[in-house]
Amino acid sequence: MGKRVGIIGVGQTHHASHRLDASGVELIAEAVTRSLDDAELTLDQVDAIVIGNMDHFENINYVDMWATDGLGSFMKPVLKVTTGGTTGTTVASSAYYHAASGLFDVVMGVGWEKNSESDTQAAIATCANPVLERDPFAGAIGPLATEYSMYMKAYGATEGDAAIVAARDRNNALNNPYAHNRMKVTVKDVMDSPMLSYPVKFLDMCPRSDGACAVIFANEEKARKLCPRPAWVHASVVRHDYTHFGDLEWQWMPTLERATAAAYKLAGIANPLRDFDVAELYLPCSTTGVKWMDSFWFCDKGGAPKLIRSGATHMDGQLPINPSGGVIATNPIGATGLIRVGEAAWQIMGKAGARQVPKVKKALATGFGGCSWSDVLILGADLP
Amino acid sequence: MERVAVIGVGQTKYEKGKRETFAELVFEVASKALKDAGITVKEVDNVVSVSSDFWDGRTISSMAISDASGAFGKDISTVEGDGTFGALYGMMRILSGSFGVTMVVAHHKGTESNMNGITNTCFDPLVERKLGLDAVSSAALQARRYMTAYGLSEEQFAMVSVKNHGNAKRNPLAMLPMDITVEDVMNSPMLASPLKKLDCSPVTDGACALVLAAERNAKKLTTNKKRVWLKGVGHCTDAYRLGDRDLADTRALKEAASKAYEMAGVGPGDVDIAEVYDAFSYMELMWLEGLGFCDDGMAAEYLERGVFDFGGELPVNPSGGRLSANPVQVAGLASMAECVLQLRGAAGKRQVKGAETALAHGINGMCGQSHCVWILGK
Repeated sequence: MGKRVGIIGVGQTHHASHRLDASGVELIAEAVTRSLDDAELTLDQVDAIVIGNMDHFENINYVDMWATDGLGSFMKPVLKVTTGGTTGTTVASSAYYHAASGLFDVVMGVGWEKNSESDTQAAIATCANPVLERDPFAGAIGPLATEYSMYMKAYGATEGDAAIVAARDRNNALNNPYAHNRMKVTVKDVMDSPMLSYPVKFLDMCPRSDGACAVIFANEEKARKLCPRPAWVHASVVRHDYTHFGDLEWQWMPTLERATAAAYKLAGIANPLRDFDVAELYLPCSTTGVKWMDSFWFCDKGGAPKLIRSGATHMDGQLPINPSGGVIATNPIGATGLIRVGEAAWQIMGKAGARQVPKVKKALATGFGGCSWSDVLILGADLP
Repeated sequence: MERVAVIGVGQTKYEKGKRETFAELVFEVASKALKDAGITVKEVDNVVSVSSDFWDGRTISSMAISDASGAFGKDISTVEGDGTFGALYGMMRILSGSFGVTMVVAHHKGTESNMNGITNTCFDPLVERKLGLDAVSSAALQARRYMTAYGLSEEQFAMVSVKNHGNAKRNPLAMLPMDITVEDVMNSPMLASPLKKLDCSPVTDGACALVLAAERNAKKLTTNKKRVWLKGVGHCTDAYRLGDRDLADTRALKEAASKAYEMAGVGPGDVDIAEVYDAFSYMELMWLEGLGFCDDGMAAEYLERGVFDFGGELPVNPSGGRLSANPVQVAGLASMAECVLQLRGAAGKRQVKGAETALAHGINGMCGQSHCVWILGK
């Protein structure tokens, strides 16, 4: 059987809309260097590297090869994985399997994106079938608007509920020095922001960011030796059932339901709202911060509006969601999922600074990608 | 460490202008691999797909083949690069203890792509890309450097092409079985000096799937005859910029190969057949040296002596190699499939008698920047 694996270091860039001071490779180097510093390691101690991003954004083929100088991967094993929005969590899973397999002891996972050099919406549009779907489902906002409209109709959720989530995450980002958008906003500010695609408004939606993240995984023996308080990986699960948009169950999020259910079973989570101390969720739009609460099993079907309105997911609530500010504050796409994992790990390691939630023992990190990838990682302070 | 076996193999015919969609190609080979293993999709608990957004012209290219690969309701991930790296990830997922049976599947449609444009985007966007470098022109630089370093001739490179196209005549899946001479290669149109058309691999469509299984699952699901063991693997990356490398140096391959040999507990002398990356004729010779089959600069001489012929001491690319069919991301997985068939004794007319240990090799990046080496055995 495989080895138990812990996260021993995390590094991320200061994210921004335009990091004109750094090339893509330099962004990667910034995150890699910071993760090594965080773990108090040198590059020599890293046995293998995994990298991911979205090819069509920066138009660089074989990014795993191009990034060699920034990754520090010269004469090291490198693997590239990519699954769209979930790429960052896919990188985390892959780095985890590298270390758990016993083939490598210390493995670095790196995600990055430089959206300022990308036509992001055009690149996303090519994910759809070129004949049947590319025209009506161009970009990321339309499908998210559609699914929330259906949820509003079915369960009486409102635009205001999404605005509560938007204000929560955006205000949380004020505590995160790495976040791209750091602004104090009220629910009213969100409601008054320009409509993008009904019911999604400007402040509901994630930005496009420049940034990178690196997370270092190690097998049990190395993790114990190298790190005083590793964040142990308790579960890693992926589900992806898409073929055509018409195959999707828009009112719910079946891949997320299946992925979380499988991961909770692996990690022995009976009541996620109670058992997790913090969650870093890939919520690309505040509407998903309402609708998907059902699919995380935080409440019964249709119970999300009540849960959100109660404040249970705010920093002082029962289960703080996205202390970092989440995806609607920071979104360097190939890194976004990995930042969720890194932030969740820091919460367990007690390194989350002003956004630290007290006494975190179990943390949930997820990835989302269109359409419809759901990645789930569960981290714990105790060995699995 | 637990052992992992290949228990099923499926391949399309490799050819130009396939009419099937990506999903149809994947469905064909996934179904064939399951049938070959004698199992159903229910026994597969996870999938690793291999594709490239650039070659597919589609972002998140693996989305288009998820259902066709049998991934519904299962854990799936995607490796971008050569199929050998996909198989590596497939094996890791089994060794982690999380999974028992992995479907690894790669697809590629070269005829819907623009090879020169796509491989040009492998280069640094500010300087090298503007020079018009692509897979062929960069390979030409490497071939020239290799010739200069060891005093080799274009005719010697041409012999690789003659051998591999000849081997392809025994492989019904290959795209370019041909009886050609060194003269034919020398007289074929010059693409980028010193590489001529017949030194270069063709644009190809196709797909390949392998079913990998943990020892405990493999023994339950299949007969001894079907199982081929993944005994060793290694991968390693060289510098990115061509100017930062001596292009005739194979240090990354040497590192990858030594890891694979060490893990398998064998040496180059134990290998009975080798499927080596030969998208360009000269590459086969360079990589044979990097793999330790002879000293640096000596492979051409061995080739002339017939060592690497089908009937030679070490048959190299009995399938016909990439020179006879090169479905890019699929290439390395097809090499592994060929090794599996050879080790099973199921390679038909191209069967190498008594093959016990086989080597498969794939690369990522330009001029072999990154290598993955596999040792398979009975």
